[in-house]
Amino acid sequence: MIFETTPSQTVGPYFAIGLPFDVGPFAVPEGTPGAIHIAGTIYDGAGVPIPDFLLETWQADPDGQFADMYGYGGPSALDGFRGFARYGVEDGDGTFDILTVKPGSVPGLAGAIQAPHIDVSVFARGMLHRTVTRIYFADEVEANAGDPALARVPVERRPTLLAEPDPAVGGYRFDIRFQGPHETVFFAV
Amino acid sequence: MTEEVQAQPAEERQIYDPIGETPTSYLREPEGAHPPLDYPGYKSTALRHPKQPLIYLPQTITEITGPQLGPVLLGENDNDLTVQHEGEPIGERIVVSGRVFDTEGKPLRGTLVEVWQANSAGRYMHRWDRWPAPLDPNFSGAGRCVTDDEGRYRFTTIKPGPYPWGNHYNAWRPAHIHFSLLGRAFTQRLVTQMYFPGDPFFPYDPIFNSVRDERARQRMVSQFSIHDTVPNWAHAYEWDIYLRGPGATPFEEAH
Repeated sequence: MIFETTPSQTVGPYFAIGLPFDVGPFAVPEGTPGAIHIAGTIYDGAGVPIPDFLLETWQADPDGQFADMYGYGGPSALDGFRGFARYGVEDGDGTFDILTVKPGSVPGLAGAIQAPHIDVSVFARGMLHRTVTRIYFADEVEANAGDPALARVPVERRPTLLAEPDPAVGGYRFDIRFQGPHETVFFAV
Repeated sequence: MTEEVQAQPAEERQIYDPIGETPTSYLREPEGAHPPLDYPGYKSTALRHPKQPLIYLPQTITEITGPQLGPVLLGENDNDLTVQHEGEPIGERIVVSGRVFDTEGKPLRGTLVEVWQANSAGRYMHRWDRWPAPLDPNFSGAGRCVTDDEGRYRFTTIKPGPYPWGNHYNAWRPAHIHFSLLGRAFTQRLVTQMYFPGDPFFPYDPIFNSVRDERARQRMVSQFSIHDTVPNWAHAYEWDIYLRGPGATPFEEAH
């Protein structure tokens, strides 16, 4: 390392001027076969839904391929797959809703296999740096049991990383809690 | 093949080959490189930070890849915030430019840079911003561009004004432009603020001072640049941005 990084600062209350875009919440185009919604609510330390936040997600496609220009494992074969969603809201009810596909398993380190997962960043006023978590899927019991990142999480906290199937949202529900007895697990990357 | 490589100018060899030379991990940043999530001076952090310690996440393919949104998002005039409306915005016309590097000093080309800011009176074109400074119908305050082959970005805009906020009695934010960078990997994602040199509000602003290290704070401050000034048109500020560079090999990850 020759240089040091530029420090992070908060997105503040007015990021909606610059960051959200029309198809941001769509990691896949509408009508993609197998598309699912992932929806949930983000709660602050008092258990109150956060009205202003920016949530971003990054994930592989169902075959474990990424929509990355650097050619890791080759491009996704899924038409229009972006693998990235950005959901920004400035005075909402704390809820988000993205459209995506369930990712496949992808390699971990040293030959390990990772369970299907989605990386998540949350930005907001009052956050001087992004917070990072991962969405896993509650119905991937076997794959989750062998996941090296979940293995680092105390057993009693693992449920905070599991999206639960929910027909009402057309996919899965994943809530994020910043504090309290069910505080979501956040990661240092 | 060898001859072709040797024929490249040194500057080009500095730039990542998008296929051949891709980091397998990114450096873990030392404590204090970024502000703490819990910072009492900035009151809104109180209920918006995790209480439990962060858990170490090994960097895998999910973390060393990232979205490439540039072409998807760019529109006409996105890098000139002074021509997005019928009339001219009021204020000091400035050029803000610089390069995006990683911590090895290698430029990041083709990466998306997004900005948003207040107008010259310090007011955002946002329905929540209600303090009694004038709105400017000719200034929305948002821009986007993609870095060129040398990692360079460039915006033409209006110098934003400082503005009051409710954190404490007589609180004012130093003038700033918000910057959002995707980098080339999930690990490099950065949202920050660019400040202007010599701002008298620096000592009083908890957000600026949430970065505890003086040298790190200075990395958020742009420099006046006579070189980038456009004669008879706009003065200029230069600001380089450094994202995380390659780290240790992933087999040496801490446990």
